[in-house]
Amino acid sequence: MDEAVVWLTIFILSVFVGIEVIAKVSSTLHTPLMSGANAIHGIILLGAVLVTGTTESNVALVVGLIAIVLAAVNMVGGFVVTDRMLQMFVRKRPKPAPAAGSSADGKAS
Amino acid sequence: MTTMPTWVQLVYLACAVCFILALKGLSGPKTARAGNLIGAGAAVVAVIVPFTYLDLDHVPLIVAAIAVGTVIGVVGAQRVQMTQMPQMVALFNGVGGGAAALVALLELDEMIPHADDISWFTLAATAFTILVGSVSFAGSIVTFAKLQELMTSRPVVFPGLPVVFALAGIAAVVLGVLTVTSPAMWIGIVLALIGLAVGMLLVLPVGGADVPIVISLLNAFTGLTVAASGYVLGNVVLLVAGTLVGASGTFLTMLMAKAMGRSVSNILFGALKGGSTLGAGVASDRPVKSAGPEDIAILLGYADRVIIIPGYGLAVAQAQHTLRELVDVLIARGAQVDYAIHPVAGRMPGHMNVLLAEAQVPYEQLIEMDEINGEFKTTDVVLVVGANDVVNPAAKTTPGAPIYGMPILNADEAKQVVFMKRSMRPGFAGIENELLFEPTTTLLFGDAKDSLSKLLSAVKAL
Repeated sequence: MDEAVVWLTIFILSVFVGIEVIAKVSSTLHTPLMSGANAIHGIILLGAVLVTGTTESNVALVVGLIAIVLAAVNMVGGFVVTDRMLQMFVRKRPKPAPAAGSSADGKAS
Repeated sequence: MTTMPTWVQLVYLACAVCFILALKGLSGPKTARAGNLIGAGAAVVAVIVPFTYLDLDHVPLIVAAIAVGTVIGVVGAQRVQMTQMPQMVALFNGVGGGAAALVALLELDEMIPHADDISWFTLAATAFTILVGSVSFAGSIVTFAKLQELMTSRPVVFPGLPVVFALAGIAAVVLGVLTVTSPAMWIGIVLALIGLAVGMLLVLPVGGADVPIVISLLNAFTGLTVAASGYVLGNVVLLVAGTLVGASGTFLTMLMAKAMGRSVSNILFGALKGGSTLGAGVASDRPVKSAGPEDIAILLGYADRVIIIPGYGLAVAQAQHTLRELVDVLIARGAQVDYAIHPVAGRMPGHMNVLLAEAQVPYEQLIEMDEINGEFKTTDVVLVVGANDVVNPAAKTTPGAPIYGMPILNADEAKQVVFMKRSMRPGFAGIENELLFEPTTTLLFGDAKDSLSKLLSAVKAL
């Protein structure tokens, strides 16, 4: 198979997977989901590292390092802020099934 | 780039699968936190891998840059108030888009010397990333400024905006084609500048209430640029992760727009058509009925059924705890009290749930719009704290209003409505609220926290 077609295949399948996995999200989780997805695209950090690590010119090195800082802010900050948001949810959520008692009375924290 | 060992490719495949599981987890309340952690773990692994098999230059500098970014990210994420969460997400998204654009510029720089060997599609993907990454960066920064109220949150429109917009679009396409036919660094840089301009022009005309949807859309844009970088760099993780975010982000944007009864194109281009010139954004001098805390306390203290409608203003005043105390006292007096939660109360869908959960309001008292809307008819007093647009009847009655079609809480059906407001300024959408002038409506002016404390002691004194 042509290499470009392989990439195209991965791309198109990923589009469907991306839509399918979040299709049933409830509106209360829209904000954390957006924030989590935002953190995932911080993986551009990997791209920034690859490009910066193979560059020879000084200008490119500086630009690459700026890209790394920005991407790291996106990735790390994104995951941390999403986790902070979700802490609020998880503690309060077990209402529909009162049997799951242990985490239901998290008033102490 | 260089060929990868098989084990590296397998690790990348595992990371890609983890990102799918992360999104899957994030869409369910029980699994959300685990999903986020899986995503974070996969991202860390994916970033570490190239250090192990590639002979990278400048490693100390790269590690230092990652450390700087990590510290900024962690401190920013820990310090931010829950109320400022939406603009934080916008900012993180913006820097991600900026990083993608810079990476693409560096890629272009490397390609130029041997451009003849590069496929047209790779060059096109690079041009796409430069342009869209810049759009995402500039758009997110403007979004941040709007939400942080560094600038007006009202739509900013100037004559000729559609023309400028069209010209910028044409220029972007021409430069994109030039990047493919005769790649040069100056083209890439001009493309980035145009991207920045388009990003600003795209977001400036969007009204404050719609900004969250724009954040979500720009988030999807950044995802697509990451996917394109993945193709250019020959890296599967970037391609899959970027595509997942692009696709799910686009879909999420449509879901959000639907929850607000809007269409995405209407949000982006509505103001360009001159649709939202309604509401001057200044205080109105029409007569309203206002009262002091003691009068409101009597109203509330002897009501049997009370519904609280919390809005962003409540969170800004940090008055959630005082409100909860007031509700506890009212319940102790025998009233039935619930909170009515509009899907977009706060600044983003689900934002108000987060804010009230933080204030330890029992989850059972938070009732969603569809469930509670039938109960307003039999409600004695509706207490609107720091909310405005979500109870504005213009959404039902005034075609052409920026929020027309948005589902609202039927507060206007209640016997009495009490508005706690700082001033007569319109809400975030910038439209006057007819409900304020109804004879059944009473206003209590002042800072939400201050008013609520006074109200609390007045109710206790009854």
